[in-house]
Amino acid sequence: MAAKSFRWHIPVFLAPAVLVYTAIMIIPLFGTLNLSLYNLDGQNRIFVGLANFKTLFGDPRWSASFWNALGNNAWFFIVHMLVQNPIGVLLAAILSSPRLRMAAFYRTAIFVPAILSFVIVGFVWKLILSPIWGIAPGMLDWVGLKSLYLPWLGKEAYALTTLALVSVWQFVGIPMMLIYAALLNIPQEVLEAAEMDGITGSSQFWKIKLPLILPSIGIISILTFVGNFNAFDLIYVSQGALAGPDFATDILGTFLYRTFFGFQLQLGDPHMGATIATAMFGIILIGVCIYLFAIQTRLRRYQF
Amino acid sequence: MTANKKTTGTTKTSMTNTGKTLRIAFLTSTMLAGMAHAEDVTLNIESWRNDDLTIWQEQLIPAFEAGHPGIKINFAPSAPAEYNAVLNSKLDAGSAGDLITCRPFDASLDLYNKGQITDLTSLAAMANFSSVAKSAWQTDDGAATFCMPMASVIHGFIYNKDAFDALGIAVPTTEDEFFAALDKIKADGTYIPMAMGTNDQWEAATMGYQNIGPNYWKGEEGRLALIKGEQKLTDPDWVTPYATLARWKDYLGDGFEAQTYPDSQNLFTLGRAAIYPAGSWEIAGFNAQAGFKMGAFAPPVVKAGDECYISDHTDIGMGINAKSAHPEEAKAFLEWVGSPEFATLYANALPGFFSLNSTPVAMKDPLAQEFVSWRDKCKSTIRSTYQILSRGTPNLENETWNASAAAIKGTETPEAIGARLEAGLASWYKPTK
Repeated sequence: MAAKSFRWHIPVFLAPAVLVYTAIMIIPLFGTLNLSLYNLDGQNRIFVGLANFKTLFGDPRWSASFWNALGNNAWFFIVHMLVQNPIGVLLAAILSSPRLRMAAFYRTAIFVPAILSFVIVGFVWKLILSPIWGIAPGMLDWVGLKSLYLPWLGKEAYALTTLALVSVWQFVGIPMMLIYAALLNIPQEVLEAAEMDGITGSSQFWKIKLPLILPSIGIISILTFVGNFNAFDLIYVSQGALAGPDFATDILGTFLYRTFFGFQLQLGDPHMGATIATAMFGIILIGVCIYLFAIQTRLRRYQF
Repeated sequence: MTANKKTTGTTKTSMTNTGKTLRIAFLTSTMLAGMAHAEDVTLNIESWRNDDLTIWQEQLIPAFEAGHPGIKINFAPSAPAEYNAVLNSKLDAGSAGDLITCRPFDASLDLYNKGQITDLTSLAAMANFSSVAKSAWQTDDGAATFCMPMASVIHGFIYNKDAFDALGIAVPTTEDEFFAALDKIKADGTYIPMAMGTNDQWEAATMGYQNIGPNYWKGEEGRLALIKGEQKLTDPDWVTPYATLARWKDYLGDGFEAQTYPDSQNLFTLGRAAIYPAGSWEIAGFNAQAGFKMGAFAPPVVKAGDECYISDHTDIGMGINAKSAHPEEAKAFLEWVGSPEFATLYANALPGFFSLNSTPVAMKDPLAQEFVSWRDKCKSTIRSTYQILSRGTPNLENETWNASAAAIKGTETPEAIGARLEAGLASWYKPTK
């Protein structure tokens, strides 16, 4: 028998996906990375090597904006990790309880905001929280807590946290769904065995279910990380590209947009914009690598 | 169930049929229309004035097209906040319209220096404008003018006349009277004394700092001294306006930190606020929205008897895209924009945009007349940060937004603001003495 003939159908079937992905993802990505190595010298585009990065990290004005955006972004991520994911796990645990009635209704209601457009979410919350037209001051007034009301979106100290919580409200359904699916995947025999050993209720959750869904929690964390460090829409819709007050809500996405496309009097600078995009790419790459090599390999997996 | 399904089916078929017929009818009519105007030239206008869309479509464009058969005008504005950036990318990409609405000074000068808008010095209508009117769109030596001046805007305060009458407040002329009036409105409690928020930042600079500032730095005198390097942003003339802005805080509405520009406009036109720090461009919108009598007063002077200064800012002009395929038609349009006919149409269609044309224009709107009457009493100047001082990075105008918002919120002292702005300016600007 001759050597196995080359299996042509494999490249043929792969080709459409590879071509489309290359055309709309790989080439633009390398285009951006490449653009960050150039700058304008008068009218001509010239190769400047890493000079743009030197400006971004070395020039006090650029670096102050960059570190401010990165710090805000980190806080945005921390709020999601501390609020969104624990609440998501909790909701999933409650939903998977067989004694809960109307589980389908709660599941849908909690997930609906995740399919809303950012524009709607940003606008609606801006109206709810508005000191002039909003219902937040009125509702606090009914319960006698008007004194607690602050124009949160306009205060440097609160604006970012407020927006992070709005984003949590919007996306809490996603970790909930993923964990819910993972919980349903746990075989009944394992739970029955646990019950035989006298492990029930909350200790069953902590000792049996949680270890089994840890890989899912890991995936959710990395999705949250990538999503948060790429975030832009919500801040842009509710605070504009100047990410007020006084850049308190400026995250890497808005900083990139302002630099790349320009806003108000600031003109767009594609080269510095690409530099910021490259830095964002690097940050996300490092984060994902840390997860892949330091965390995921240590997670214990169970085969049923 | 079955019956229902059937009915839906029939309706659908008949609807598709109607749709087809309609589509054919539309297609035919478009083709006919297209043939009729086959030789017309269409000029596209780039602008940030999306508020003026209907006025262009209903008044200005028909007036021009009536006298110029063969030229069609399409007014295509973009969002004000994005205009500079969008325009620059369009010009770079070669997809910008034939006519470019010009921001004053450095933003447009930059376009001219890059060869993206053309020299218009030779247009006959340029003779209709004074050198001051043209200065916003000229090279530093005044040799070339690259945009046809259209209008200027004046800063001041618009007030709710009914509220002032009910509370027995006279129109303030000095700063003490101004703050006394605010105190009285606040004590009464019916109205929010002043409608302004710091969320969008630019209002604080444009309607705050640049509004009251000229009285402190003595208009052109201070502005030119700053450009020449004889004065600094740390001088009292430039710092004290920030201290005055800081006093505004107590008179703004609850939660002004999160109040946006449209919020402020609505607060005032709904009659919930008594005073609105304004630019004259608000007049048309306010006339349409407000259900009460309005008046206006110039920025109050510091002490009674002081000379008053107003910001009469050359704000809007129009130039020609160097890559336009129809430069002759575009020139014909700009000749018309420079004519007294356009000036009268524009100033009355958009009260608050004051014509820069040397021919006096009769305006019917009383509020606009009030604003323009200050030109006789007070000395005019333009916004201090626009000419030359916004050419570098950090851009002084941009910095002033943030600074004015910080001053009103009280998050930074006036002295610290002055020091910060001066340091930013000095980092790139070396005045030529």
